Amino acid sequence: MTDLSHTFAAAADKPLLQVKNLTKRYGARIGCADISFDVYPGEVVGIVGESGSGKSTLLSCLAGHLRPDQGEVIFETAQGARDTVLMGEAERRRLARTDWAYVHQNPRDGLRMGVSAGGNVGERLMAIGARHYGGIRDKAIDWLGRVEIDAGRVDDRPSAFSGGMQQRLQIARNLVTAPRLVFMDEPTGGLDVSVQARLLDLLRGLVREMGLSAIIVTHDLAVVRLLADRLMVMKGGHVVEAGLTDQVLDDPQHEYTQLLVSSVLQV
Amino acid sequence: MSDQAYNFAYLDEDTKRMIRRAILKGVAIPGYQVPFASREMPMPYGWGTGGVQVTAACLTPDDVLKVIDQGADDTTNAVSIRKFFVATAGVAVTEATDQATIIQTRHRIPEAALTAGQILVYQVPIPEPLRFLEPRETETRKLHELEEYGLMHVKLYEDIAKHGQIATSYAYPVRVEGRYVMDPSPIPKFDNPKLSGNAALQLFGAGREQRIYAVPPFTHVVSLDFDDHPFSPSKANHACDLCASDTSYLDEVITDDEGGRMFVCSDTDYCASRRAGGHVGALGAPLATGKAVQ
Amino acid sequence: MIEIENLCKSFTLHNQNAAVIPVMAGANLAVGRGECVGLIGASGAGKSTLMRMVWGNYLAASGTIRVGSLDVVTASPRQIIALRRETLGYVSQFLRVVPRVPTLDVVAEPLLNLGVPAGTARARAAELLARLNIPQRLWDLSPTTFSGGEQQRVNIARGFAHPFPALLLDEPTASLDAANREVVLTLILEAKARGAAILGIFHDEGARDRVCDRLIDVRAFTPKAAA
Repeated sequence: MTDLSHTFAAAADKPLLQVKNLTKRYGARIGCADISFDVYPGEVVGIVGESGSGKSTLLSCLAGHLRPDQGEVIFETAQGARDTVLMGEAERRRLARTDWAYVHQNPRDGLRMGVSAGGNVGERLMAIGARHYGGIRDKAIDWLGRVEIDAGRVDDRPSAFSGGMQQRLQIARNLVTAPRLVFMDEPTGGLDVSVQARLLDLLRGLVREMGLSAIIVTHDLAVVRLLADRLMVMKGGHVVEAGLTDQVLDDPQHEYTQLLVSSVLQV
Repeated sequence: MSDQAYNFAYLDEDTKRMIRRAILKGVAIPGYQVPFASREMPMPYGWGTGGVQVTAACLTPDDVLKVIDQGADDTTNAVSIRKFFVATAGVAVTEATDQATIIQTRHRIPEAALTAGQILVYQVPIPEPLRFLEPRETETRKLHELEEYGLMHVKLYEDIAKHGQIATSYAYPVRVEGRYVMDPSPIPKFDNPKLSGNAALQLFGAGREQRIYAVPPFTHVVSLDFDDHPFSPSKANHACDLCASDTSYLDEVITDDEGGRMFVCSDTDYCASRRAGGHVGALGAPLATGKAVQ
Repeated sequence: MIEIENLCKSFTLHNQNAAVIPVMAGANLAVGRGECVGLIGASGAGKSTLMRMVWGNYLAASGTIRVGSLDVVTASPRQIIALRRETLGYVSQFLRVVPRVPTLDVVAEPLLNLGVPAGTARARAAELLARLNIPQRLWDLSPTTFSGGEQQRVNIARGFAHPFPALLLDEPTASLDAANREVVLTLILEAKARGAAILGIFHDEGARDRVCDRLIDVRAFTPKAAA
């Protein structure tokens, strides 16, 4: 057991993602400014803040959907550390469909609504060269099972699915190629509370089993408490507080975090 | 219409030069869709305006032109385009595949093997093979640029999932020289193998969509498929009822309202040549000797 | 194993006129291997605050908290996560888990996080749940629906699943019947026997006398200025 924990620690010694002084402006307005942090293998980092705090801008810059004005986003690729901001688009998109995954808040943005569930899951496999129909289909069915969608729905279109199922399908579609870093934008937003819990459980299990790292943007403090190892609190484009998730939530130091935490309704 | 009213082959020289530049670019980058400033032609879109412009740009006074529509030389579309170039370019026309220097085609490749020096001009309705899966032009261009063709296989996957096999039977997507995925125009997939390694220059013109692309002679063209669902060119399991050919692509013709039907070659020139050579199908009569093929 | 020196803590309430509330000053204590130290003092005296600071949950203003070789006060979040995964266990009074996860997996989770194979981890979890008299028919259900006493026992099972070298116990025997209280005390004594350093809060005096080697009154750490 001690041996195992040592290998765990050794594998996690090198950051998977290093963000350095990332800044994105919209004209004179700040999207996000001077953001620096690391993400280690197997680690889940939460980013919270209210609408307009810059958390979505930050996520878009990290995932390569937006080009930051300044800063570096260094990812540990199979060939060594690379600044993804300076990468060519072809290479960055290749990264986006192999080592990275992006789970949109609205599953409609992350799914092809006119393509069957199996086709949706299989697309990433086909994009990286899978050419065996039976193999692709088996893998798609396996993944539907892992996100608790009945194998009998493999040929149904996502438009026939409930919101929670669509979100789970989106996760399956993203994780089928075993990415190492998953970006999630409000993954449980817009879902019923009971469906949220199911999704959280699923995500936690997948993160642990696959050794995934994840960056989760949300405004739901309960979600980050259960999912995130570390937490960053954003306001006005800046990170105002960062640390261990439960420490930031239970002993918030910054004025804004205290306000945020005390504003949550208790059940 | 008076001959003097038109420049040779209808289009003005500048336009033809512009189209030739697009063609040369297409030849240089096989399978790549070259945008061009498509002109209004004196025929409606869907009648081959793209093909006609490409043909006009390629024609010289010495050329012999053949025009086919679904393999036939005698349908309205073929006849009117042939007449158009007779009127505007005064070129010789033929129905014989081996006599022609330029063949404009709608939805078929002739059965007879083409030879070096011949040009095959395809009429293309929708040049973008990814269009039905990805409606954004900006995105499809990016997908071509970055060779992200997973989407094309998603379409084939959906086919198999729905029908148990790849049900796409025409406009079957191909990969050209290991690079661009291309829509070969709505030719039956039976014709796809003829795209590859063909001695003739193959040019594709889409008038409404303003795109020209090309497959130069002896280019490697592969039909997309899955390892466990390989591409298979298919045709009706029958022989031609007129010329008895069991290797040519067949049209099914309904002959009465009591279920009567016959299968005949879609390539009329090929069928007629075989009958002239003495082949007789199940429902055919020997061709009267002395009756020349037009 | 656990060494606390000159530890101070205050809360600054920015949204209440930036009131600064000092809650602890000059706290010193040490817990050796195989030793159990009990914290005593009236409610609000700072027992839980001290425990939470050792756990890394509350930030210290100054001083050191050494658990093994790590100073929790200056450690990075990653180091604290590793500490909690490998070295320091915590049985709190509250069970905070993702709803819907089966009890067996809740208990096995600390082992799964260490990379222990699922079969081994679940077997260990089952053994603990059986010892703590959680009926087997409940193992596949989420503990969020359990009674207070049952939740408490699930929490204890979870805390003892991995043989942590250091343990924090916050009222582990509260709301337990005699039989289960006995099981928990045995677990604590077993942990001591294998060399675990334990820091605990026990309101149950009988339990305190059974397991604690020393008692420390946290009122000694109350800031003098605070009334």
